[in-house]
Amino acid sequence: MPVTQVEKDPNRLTMTVRSEFKAGPDRIWQMWADPRLLERWWGPPTHPATFEQHDLSPGGGMKYFMTGPEGDKFRGWWRVISLEPGSGLEIEDGFADPDGNPDPSMASMIMKMSIEQAEHDPGTTLMTIETSFQSLEAMEQVLEMGAEEGMTLAQGQIDEMLASGAA
Amino acid sequence: MIVEKATGAEHEKEADRLFGALAHSTRRDIVRRTMESDYSVSELARCYTTSFAAIQKHVALLEAAGLVIKSPRGREQIVRGSTARIEEARELLGRMESLWRDRLDRFDQLLGTTNEGDKPCP
Repeated sequence: MPVTQVEKDPNRLTMTVRSEFKAGPDRIWQMWADPRLLERWWGPPTHPATFEQHDLSPGGGMKYFMTGPEGDKFRGWWRVISLEPGSGLEIEDGFADPDGNPDPSMASMIMKMSIEQAEHDPGTTLMTIETSFQSLEAMEQVLEMGAEEGMTLAQGQIDEMLASGAA
Repeated sequence: MIVEKATGAEHEKEADRLFGALAHSTRRDIVRRTMESDYSVSELARCYTTSFAAIQKHVALLEAAGLVIKSPRGREQIVRGSTARIEEARELLGRMESLWRDRLDRFDQLLGTTNEGDKPCP
């Protein structure tokens, strides 16, 4: 279990998740910087993500979609707000229309990610992810949009896989 | 570490605002009323002998403490007790948490580190 601490602030609609990985910071950064790696963990097995555009540079952005079990597509975009290659990234993540352009009628969220080498062990990296929403409605929309159903399904699938693997 | 300390101070400030807001019988009464039904500021003002301006001030303090939420309805401001919304925010953040836990489990598995000292999950 990589997650070491979760702080939730319902007044400010913010969540901070701290996690720890047995790998160097450069490998952790690669997981975000390489779209082929990113799409292997961003979406759950039921809704895998495909990044069609991935420009990790200041002012850059991403276009991606997640494909549901029925072939239904949920399109999204990222806008790079700030970037410190190898150590930090701040993006806005929102919904897109069928052409992949930002849908202004839909909610977006801000995600701040930072990575640093653990002091006690150079082979361990700490990653902190802070997500924040402008409103309760925005958070609801993000959770409603397929992704969440996908996550719940994914957790069930993982449990199943573990159960069959352990037998 | 610095982040955690800042959050701790932030929580303390929040608690001060909360207890300060509740340290007045009229404000406690406003919270009780607005949790039961919606009131405009002028409707609230009619419930008390104090001035409209004083009630406005009370409402502003309660709003800053996160105890009520003001939303416009026509030309009026509707005041609602916000504990339900805070509960809702808590629930949504809980779902957000499991989403990220799952995502970071996949991240970890992909890094291929799960079998390094981690005991298998049931």
